[in-house]
Amino acid sequence: MTDQQTLADATASELPEGPDLLYSEPEDDLRAAVRSLLADRGGPAAVLAELEAGRTHDAALWRSLATDIGAAGLLVPEKLGGQGAGPREAAVVLEELGRAVTPVPYLTSAVLAVTALLGCDTGQDEVARLLAALAAGERIGVLALPLPTAPAGPLEPPVRAGADGALLGTVASVADAAAADVLLVPVRAADGIELYAVDTDAPGLHIETVTPLDLTRPLARVTFDGAAGRRLAGSDRAGAAVRRALLTGAGLLASEQLGIAEWCLTELVEYTKQRHQFGRPVGSFQALKHRMAALWLEVVSARAAARNAADALATDSADAPVAVAVAQAYCAPVAVRAAEECLQLHGGIGMTWEHPVHVFLKRAKSDEIALGAPGRHRASLAELVDLTAP
Amino acid sequence: MTAETTARPVDAEELRRRTAELLAAHPPATTERLDFLRARFAAGLAWVHFPEGLGGLGAPRALQAVVDEELAAAGAPDNDPGRIGIGLGMAAPTILRYGTEEQRQRFLPPLWTGEEVWCQLFSEPGAGSDLAGLATRAVRDGDSWVVDGQKVWTSGAHKSRWAILIARTDPDAPKHRGITYFLCDMTDPGVEVRPLRQITGEAEFNEVFLTGVRIPDSRRLGEVGEGWKVAQTTLMNERVAIGGNRIPREGGMIGVAAADWRERPELRTHDLHQRLLRLWVEAEVARLTGERLRQQLIQGQPGPEGSGMKLSFARLAQEISGWEVEFLAEDGLTYDSWTHTGSDVLSFTGREAGYRYLRAKGNSIEGGTSEVLLNIVAERVLGLPSEPRTDKDVAWKDLPR
Repeated sequence: MTDQQTLADATASELPEGPDLLYSEPEDDLRAAVRSLLADRGGPAAVLAELEAGRTHDAALWRSLATDIGAAGLLVPEKLGGQGAGPREAAVVLEELGRAVTPVPYLTSAVLAVTALLGCDTGQDEVARLLAALAAGERIGVLALPLPTAPAGPLEPPVRAGADGALLGTVASVADAAAADVLLVPVRAADGIELYAVDTDAPGLHIETVTPLDLTRPLARVTFDGAAGRRLAGSDRAGAAVRRALLTGAGLLASEQLGIAEWCLTELVEYTKQRHQFGRPVGSFQALKHRMAALWLEVVSARAAARNAADALATDSADAPVAVAVAQAYCAPVAVRAAEECLQLHGGIGMTWEHPVHVFLKRAKSDEIALGAPGRHRASLAELVDLTAP
Repeated sequence: MTAETTARPVDAEELRRRTAELLAAHPPATTERLDFLRARFAAGLAWVHFPEGLGGLGAPRALQAVVDEELAAAGAPDNDPGRIGIGLGMAAPTILRYGTEEQRQRFLPPLWTGEEVWCQLFSEPGAGSDLAGLATRAVRDGDSWVVDGQKVWTSGAHKSRWAILIARTDPDAPKHRGITYFLCDMTDPGVEVRPLRQITGEAEFNEVFLTGVRIPDSRRLGEVGEGWKVAQTTLMNERVAIGGNRIPREGGMIGVAAADWRERPELRTHDLHQRLLRLWVEAEVARLTGERLRQQLIQGQPGPEGSGMKLSFARLAQEISGWEVEFLAEDGLTYDSWTHTGSDVLSFTGREAGYRYLRAKGNSIEGGTSEVLLNIVAERVLGLPSEPRTDKDVAWKDLPR
């Protein structure tokens, strides 16, 4: 008898069917395709070289990923020009993008912008056209909100629209704005928010890049100085659409964080097996081993939390807000700790620009703030699970 | 058994049919409990994954739930698994795997029905994490072995009829190779059981002194000198038994803490709130991790996650129970009773906060300390090199103690 059998015994239970926390075969195939594509590009070393050369957005890679593999349309139903898959599959793509710290606007365009558009009236021409273009990877769309915006926080966009659709206001820290063809702009209205589309070449739109902590996710300050916007959704649905986009983005970001943590742990274990000091591999010292074993357990746990969030979003479960908040509160710090441990246990080489760990550290730290820092997600949980503040 | 019944595949439907037959032949309302349990064992419905003739039908283990549900619905008695956990979870799988046919037939039926309770004689005062260093001696004398030594942390020793025992049979061999596994009769006059009072005030465990205990060679399990290998089957099952069951959200210690928070608003502080939310998230993720492991096992793709579940469980039980005592403030200063005698069934979430806090301290020690488990994860899962060792190829008798 094995421990596996003992645990399988636990099926004897009256609990309702739980979420599916595993990977399906098509999901494994998708992962293999994305991983192979990213490996062809050279992985973290190539990312570093691109960053050094000042190229933060890899357009050729985006075409391969978004169009050839079809990853940009995973969340979009086939009848709207997408692949008809869902958040579980997009999560797998994000795991791989995290593992390779790939500088592509996947989270921003294929997840956040696409989900916001899906929340609009897809029978409307402009919405359907945009959605099809984003799903095909032909155009890149970005939601014009500061990257740290949390799904459950107050939604008070700093942009207003004139009667003629001319937009006024400034949004800071918009991720991937410089790579975008179109911005989806939440605009403050008298009775909530509305959603507008603005082409990035429109007169009256200024996109100023800023120097980001994480070079692989470029940030910009976007100023609307009378740029012409086309209204995609009114206050009857725009608020819900944007919130759903933020919830989906936050939930799937956990999978990117998982990918980051996995790379860091794998790299760390390989390095400490090879690196000799005091006449033995440093990975044989208990003081280091225990830290890596503890990190492994956190990565294993992060996988369960991330899969749970992806599944809750995919099944449109009523539990999705809890699942997403748990995943973000848990996975964000795990990615950061994995990168920090990876750096520390490498010793001096970990502190060099030459070694790729700093790219993962910067992505992990920036991801921790993105779509709500862990504390914000714990604060949402306090309300959701009835553990109210004093 | 007729040819017709053996030809049928043992699936859920077949198990329901056989359960119905059992219930018809032995109606629970008019059948003595023990008679019913014996009949259930004979029908192969005790543990369906065990072989035919030993209480099972060679069916997939997951199908046990089908039988259990049908029997519970019919009001049939169970074998009180909480009372005989060591027998069911540790002795039985080891006897099944390494026992002779005679040993299996002799020991498994009364073990499962609970007629004979089992305990474990493994740990010693000088052999805890380094269990293979154990010093209890078994010396061959004709058809028997004579055993002398001291064992510790034995739960239920005074209520047990049998014990699984490992003892040193060859002090000249390196430590892992000189051990043999026995089935020890706890009613033997050389067996003395003394309760061991622990920090909770109760005596959940015992010390067991073995003085000239004679064990017939027919109660040896596995080959002479192979006891360490045999014991791995036992220990693997122990580690899983602590911390591997499916639980609902807020099902464990965190549920108790969350209930306290909801019921005692006057005790809330911001600091305790922040810490509770962190613990709640970690407990929920640990639950999901266990659930994911369970799903992998059902699909027949076991992952190494099981090695880590006990680590999470122990740390969370300790942190949450510590949080709870602090949250309860003045109530946290009191203790229900230092003379509590304890119940037959251990509950980590039972009694009051102080007890839970103190009992949880054992979670990171019993069944493998967290430090040893971290080594196991590091070496067996991550493949990190082991520490240089000086004790592996030396005769046990020459090791410093």
